[in-house]
Amino acid sequence: MALDVAALFPNGVLPYAAGGLLVGLGVVVIYAGTGIIAGASTFLESTLSYVSGNARLNRPKYLASRDWRVVFTLGIVGGGALYALTLGGGAWTTEVQPWRLLAGGVLVGAGTRLGKGCTSGHGVCGVGSRSPASIVNVVIFVLVAMVVAAVVAAAGVVP
Amino acid sequence: MSASISAEDGRDPRIIAVIFAGGLIFGAGLAVSEMVRPEVVLSFLTWDDLGLVFVMGGASVVVGVAVVGAMRFLDRAPLTGVAYGRRLRTLDRNVVAGGVVFGAGWGLSGICPGAGYASLGVGNYPILWGIAGMFVGAYAQGVWRSRAASAADAAATAD
Repeated sequence: MALDVAALFPNGVLPYAAGGLLVGLGVVVIYAGTGIIAGASTFLESTLSYVSGNARLNRPKYLASRDWRVVFTLGIVGGGALYALTLGGGAWTTEVQPWRLLAGGVLVGAGTRLGKGCTSGHGVCGVGSRSPASIVNVVIFVLVAMVVAAVVAAAGVVP
Repeated sequence: MSASISAEDGRDPRIIAVIFAGGLIFGAGLAVSEMVRPEVVLSFLTWDDLGLVFVMGGASVVVGVAVVGAMRFLDRAPLTGVAYGRRLRTLDRNVVAGGVVFGAGWGLSGICPGAGYASLGVGNYPILWGIAGMFVGAYAQGVWRSRAASAADAAATAD
């Protein structure tokens, strides 16, 4: 029995691949100009250093990078807005319940900082650098996320 | 160590402009790819639409080509003088544990840091629950590790 590959991609691959190329291009623009390979999640810790005296959050590398990381994040927000206002057909809001966003967000924030990266830091920059730590991290988080998503869906939580 | 620039460099208007431009492209890519929608991420994780493979995959290929090309044919980034390199992290228990925690959060909520910021730009204001959660998680992780580090110091000197 052949696996029906098309059924796994009901919306095709074009928007996904086009978006992926742009995400990569955004990283490359910064890399080419500055040598920095930036992920999105260090912003959380480095921004907390503006308001917290905690030693862990005030390490020199965060203090040195926190200003440009705010700029990077504002750019990301702006890029989303730019698309919504042009080709994207306006704003929309998620139906996923707030408790899931909040609880999931806490785990994402803690996990990315403990694990030294996120979907962009490990998943794009680290994998693109053929970093063993990043490849291990990505395999683990994708598998765990699939299990958790399946359990939550099986428990009847929608959306 | 990752490449870094000083806080003074971080205020260079040319560097700020490049980082903002890169962020715009990055954020637009996340919006184009639909990864800004938690629903789309969750449908990836439950195998209903695997298109998201092409977002992280496509982006990491673009970054991989740029990293290899820059290291082979170029020397230092023009705006900072930082030598082109790869994004490498030490593979240790934290990378594994962080991947598990991050994956649990990603699977529960369908959000990650970069896509969360871009989603806010698209006008998806409920994502603020998730972003607030990420800051809480990153802060809790910082406090916990500061305590763990000072406890270790105390144990080392108490002998």
